[in-house]
Amino acid sequence: MNRLSAAFAKSRPALVTFITGGDPTPEATPAILDALVEGGADVIELGMPFTDPMADGPAIQAANLRALGAGTRTADIFAIAKGFRQRHPDTPLILMGYANPMIARGADWFANACAEAGVDGIICVDIPSEEDGEIGPALRAHGIAFIRLATPTTDAARLPAVLDGSSGFLYYVSVAGITGKQQAQLASIEEAVAKLKAGTDLPVVVGFGVRTPEQAADIAKHADGVVVGSAIVDLVATHGADAAEPVRTLVASLAQAVHTCHLA
Amino acid sequence: MTPITTPNPNSFRTQPDERGHFGQFGGRYVAETLMPLILDLEAEYKRAKADPAFKAEFDDLLEHYVGRPSPLYFAPRLTEALGGAQIWFKREELNHTGAHKINNCIGQILLAIRMGKTRIIAETGAGQHGVATATVCARFGLPCTIFMGATDVARQKPNVFRMKLLGAEVVPVTSGAATLKDAMNEALRHWVANVHDTFYIIGTAAGPHPYPELVRDFQSVIGKEARAQMLARTGRLPDLLIAAVGGGSNAIGLFHPFLDDPSVQMIGVEAGGHGVDTDQHAASLTGGVPGILHGNKTYLLQDEDGQITEAHSISAGLDYPGIGPEHSWLHEIGRVKYLPINDDEALQAFQDCCRLEGIIPALESAHALAALPKVAKQFGKDQMILVNVSGRGDKDIFTVADKLGTSL
Repeated sequence: MNRLSAAFAKSRPALVTFITGGDPTPEATPAILDALVEGGADVIELGMPFTDPMADGPAIQAANLRALGAGTRTADIFAIAKGFRQRHPDTPLILMGYANPMIARGADWFANACAEAGVDGIICVDIPSEEDGEIGPALRAHGIAFIRLATPTTDAARLPAVLDGSSGFLYYVSVAGITGKQQAQLASIEEAVAKLKAGTDLPVVVGFGVRTPEQAADIAKHADGVVVGSAIVDLVATHGADAAEPVRTLVASLAQAVHTCHLA
Repeated sequence: MTPITTPNPNSFRTQPDERGHFGQFGGRYVAETLMPLILDLEAEYKRAKADPAFKAEFDDLLEHYVGRPSPLYFAPRLTEALGGAQIWFKREELNHTGAHKINNCIGQILLAIRMGKTRIIAETGAGQHGVATATVCARFGLPCTIFMGATDVARQKPNVFRMKLLGAEVVPVTSGAATLKDAMNEALRHWVANVHDTFYIIGTAAGPHPYPELVRDFQSVIGKEARAQMLARTGRLPDLLIAAVGGGSNAIGLFHPFLDDPSVQMIGVEAGGHGVDTDQHAASLTGGVPGILHGNKTYLLQDEDGQITEAHSISAGLDYPGIGPEHSWLHEIGRVKYLPINDDEALQAFQDCCRLEGIIPALESAHALAALPKVAKQFGKDQMILVNVSGRGDKDIFTVADKLGTSL
């Protein structure tokens, strides 16, 4: 069993947390990552900053620009990943970002760098299943999970195409929109997750617009995991290099709510 | 459906493939939320192309609303001044709204209506596409939101006011350098959240498939007319075509109908800004490498990490770090040559065209005109160069006045 499947094999939903790598600086990121793990996150998504984050709302857009403004390079992201893997041998680490930085030196270079750094999987916002050939074969050859996104507009006819070649888990984007904005209705999330689970054995994780422990717990009751991103990134924006402590506190409250939601 | 004829393997006019690729370029690199709509649009465009009523309505609007065909004009004084080939203009600046942009907007709004969409959004750089989109929205009674970089809002005030007069909402975008790239990012963000009722009229032959194909097809009216007009007026084809390339819709519209005419050479003019050896230009073919942005794979200005670098051009309409994917393909196979022209060369050509021909060209088109002194003498006096004067320069007089040190 690999790190990712082990994270979803526990008898409770998983908390998946996101921060942007290099925000506010590459030097500050390791302590914030450690705070995510210490707070109780089960899976870590590390955002690869990009100049043009088209799928992100204001909070994560600003985080991307802070990271790039601090001089964050692709080499820094892999150094951060490598350090994380040494400190946390069992916590799955996912790189999330946009296609262009991932293919800039070739997909094979990227997949190999992921494998060497101990990265478990990739989420790429702008490579739909139709363009799998751009990066999918390289990731599979290096044993890196390619985590695809399903959305409210992914209908039953299209779902098999999305699932074909996807691995790790399925990320359900619960709102048609950008990160950090509104939250979807709980009933629609429940219905959508049930449909997705009927089509795949992969864990289904729900994200976009989840900010509070209460929201996270409500969703976790119906899914294998919940992603929280913008709420954590907001704390980094406020506290900068001193964000680790408030991040640990928030993540602990999220983890408590998600991990015990079935008991409530 | 089986094709009736076998495609000519030697033709340059059969791209893209069924997945929207022009060679290695193009494709559909968008968020999953948009994929179903992109596939719907592709299917609807195929139906529209096969529907005579669609073509009839498009042609009727182009004739009676846009004012087509646009004239083919022989430029005698410019020809004499350059001392080489005969210079001819395709007068797209005489279209309704003052540029070629309206051709595409007519086609896309007809598609939007076919698809039952009730709102229109668009991005704009110089404001020409924004004005053209606001115009067709007024004509068809659809609400319209235009995303425009705050820098461009400041340097293109007349067009901002035109859009508002036409009933559009103009949203200034402040992220990044606040120019065309950032406007496109924001339009995509808005679209992804409103995909159920909103149609995105992309202004150039770029973005996810099928946009590069359908924008090219709608703009190909330029080249089809020019080809027929040239043959009717002179009995033969031009020897060289020149057009400015930002995203590249006016250029691909002129070039595409001539691609299989081997005697016709073509030059696409990129914005060289302060020079392609500086970091202040927008020449993505000359100074960029292939990458993925805004839904397609194409040449992009970027660093070795794949971060997009800021473009610069005196012309807001060319101030973009990418280019339409079909141009990337035509560049790689060598069918079209691409040449950078700097801000100061464009500014000189702008003034020359005003004084020699009584035509105030858009700064975008002035880039195409600025290639003439470099190439006109390579051709004999019996040969012909056709330049696409894609837009008129009224919108640019403030920028030009500023560069010439005149206050208005």
